[in-house]
Amino acid sequence: MNAKLKKIVPQLLTLTFVALVFGFFSYNAQLNMENRGISFGYGFLSQESSFDVQFSLIEYDGSHSYFRAYLVGLLNTILVSVIGIIFATLIGVVVGIARLSSNLLINKAAAYYVEFFRNIPLLLQIFFWYFAALRALPLPEDAEPIFGVIFLTIKGLFIPAFIWNNLNIFLYSLLAAIISTIVIRSYSKRLREAKGKQIPVLYISLGLIVGLPLLSFIIGGVTLSFEIPQLVQLAKTSFRFNGGLGLPPELIALTLALALYTATFIAECVRAGIQGVSKGQKEAAASIGLTPNQVLKLVIMPQALRIIIPPTTNQYLNLTKNSSLAAAIAYPDLVLVFAGTALMQTGRAIEIVSITMLTYLTLSVSISILMNWYNKKIAIKEK
Amino acid sequence: MFRKIKQMTSLLAVVAVLFGFATESFAAKKSKTLKNTIKAGFVKCGVSQGLPGFSNADASGNWTGVDVDVCRAVAAAVLGDANKVKFTPLSAKERFTALTSGEIDVLSRNTTWTLSRDADIGLTFVGVNFYDGQGFMVRKSSGITSTSQFKDGISACTNIGTTTELNMRDFFNSKGISYEPVAFEKADEVVAAYDAGRCDTYTTDKSGLAAQRTKMSNPDDHIVLPETISKEPLGPVVRQGDAVWEDIVRWSLNTMIEAEEYGINSANADSLKTSDNPAVKRIVGAEGEMGAALGLDNDWSLRIIKQVGNYGESYKRNIADTGILPDRGPNEIWTKGGLLYTPPAR
Repeated sequence: MNAKLKKIVPQLLTLTFVALVFGFFSYNAQLNMENRGISFGYGFLSQESSFDVQFSLIEYDGSHSYFRAYLVGLLNTILVSVIGIIFATLIGVVVGIARLSSNLLINKAAAYYVEFFRNIPLLLQIFFWYFAALRALPLPEDAEPIFGVIFLTIKGLFIPAFIWNNLNIFLYSLLAAIISTIVIRSYSKRLREAKGKQIPVLYISLGLIVGLPLLSFIIGGVTLSFEIPQLVQLAKTSFRFNGGLGLPPELIALTLALALYTATFIAECVRAGIQGVSKGQKEAAASIGLTPNQVLKLVIMPQALRIIIPPTTNQYLNLTKNSSLAAAIAYPDLVLVFAGTALMQTGRAIEIVSITMLTYLTLSVSISILMNWYNKKIAIKEK
Repeated sequence: MFRKIKQMTSLLAVVAVLFGFATESFAAKKSKTLKNTIKAGFVKCGVSQGLPGFSNADASGNWTGVDVDVCRAVAAAVLGDANKVKFTPLSAKERFTALTSGEIDVLSRNTTWTLSRDADIGLTFVGVNFYDGQGFMVRKSSGITSTSQFKDGISACTNIGTTTELNMRDFFNSKGISYEPVAFEKADEVVAAYDAGRCDTYTTDKSGLAAQRTKMSNPDDHIVLPETISKEPLGPVVRQGDAVWEDIVRWSLNTMIEAEEYGINSANADSLKTSDNPAVKRIVGAEGEMGAALGLDNDWSLRIIKQVGNYGESYKRNIADTGILPDRGPNEIWTKGGLLYTPPAR
């Protein structure tokens, strides 16, 4: 009993303390706001926002509500985070492995890259990529087409847009191909474990994933055409591209900066993970006749991943939170659109900042949960 | 002889102390902000992060501009010294929070007076120190000379969180033109991006355009289009709920404007104490008890005129002589065809 009490009392005290601090601050805020004649409420979210946003994944203009503006910002944050995470992971893994290369040139190049990008403040890098890009990129009228259809200009990257006919049939065929690939993989695994027979899963999967969608073109009535960006003249010396798909330079610069910066940390995680697997594992695997590729894929990586995943999760979280620096270069993310423009138009600082904080918290927790699930999945399953 | 001087100085000191206490106790009853300002010994003033002509710091940290002069006038009135101001540079985003939270007591930062700002978020606008309107800047080489030449797909650089973003939308919508808004948090980045060619046009208040043009790599390559698409009365702001402080800031500004109307400037203010015109005498504190109503002494307005100057002097020093907007336009006294019109100080 006494021992139980000893456990509970400090916890209760801590809880009371936290509640008191929280209560004090909210009471204080309430009092101050009352004194200054500031009202509190979330009703503004349904009001018309009356401002436009440069780049949006959903249909939006100023006639929509502040809540819609919030969604626009949130989706843009998620977009830049997802692209950033993908690129950071790709670069990070390559550089991490390169740092262990026995080739001195590759090894040193990777090391210098890591040391250089890791040690410069991210905001400076964002400014560098943005303004360097703006200075270096050609004006729309001077842009040289890449493969004849892609235009990289100071006003953004313009690529052909896909115009689909019967897109859903194509997507179903792709889905069917993916599902059958998964089924075949698990069947081949069972076959290998039960009878020791190997079937060429890779070729079958490739065939399915290419073949089925191709079939949908031939007999499914799916057609695809391209809308190529066209140069239009706005004034004597002012041009832009219309049609096609335009990505703003702000998005490109931000993604580049975030990916290159975060990749350095991921590279170090990867290097640590691989070096963390004991040498004996590799030698043992080689001694039973596995090829070097198989050694890496079947023996080293599964063990290294357990070391790599948890710190890499942190880097993913950092990247997501760092994307809020977007405000500096006009990429309309959550902070710029919602905690920026919307906050100033409505003046509802407490409401908007609290929503924004909760949103980032939710995003981070979601990434954590996802990565923890993956981490558990690859962890050693003790029987 | 020396003894006498010494006695007199100590007497003066005693009087000053008594007087100081008297002001403070009087103010203490009426205005918390005034009391705190006197106690701190400086006016806490929020300004921009650098807008030539309005509020701009030079290399050694001295602030100049017409917005800065409003704060100096308040300091001259309340503390007797126009230099006793602590300037806090604020972004458009931070400014209102800084004021309502008490970090600053006067916000004099080219801020547009609108209904929602005045009524909804705990602020009170005390007047207008610059009548402005939103305009567009374009490159001369584009051949555009009027907003009627704007075409679909034009990209416009601007600042976030200002009325600019809203006016821009209203303008382009009413013309039926689709546009790409590129909104930055800080003015310097807007200028850099526009200057680099990211945008076809740069839009903000015309005074801002004129001021920022001086920061471009080649100012002569850019022109401000003649159209004005909105009305932007810019003025100082105080927190809601301190009526005395509100009056002090309002009448500090009004004094500068009215002084110009009556031809009182920093050079002739002292001599006009014996003027024949009672209105002039009231402004320089030689007649009536105008200061008492504000919790100040009677020389408050004279100090403003002597130390800061009248509105015209401030305009000339900061905006006209620096080549930003030599023509005063609507920011002329009403008797000369402008919009500056203050209630009489009596």
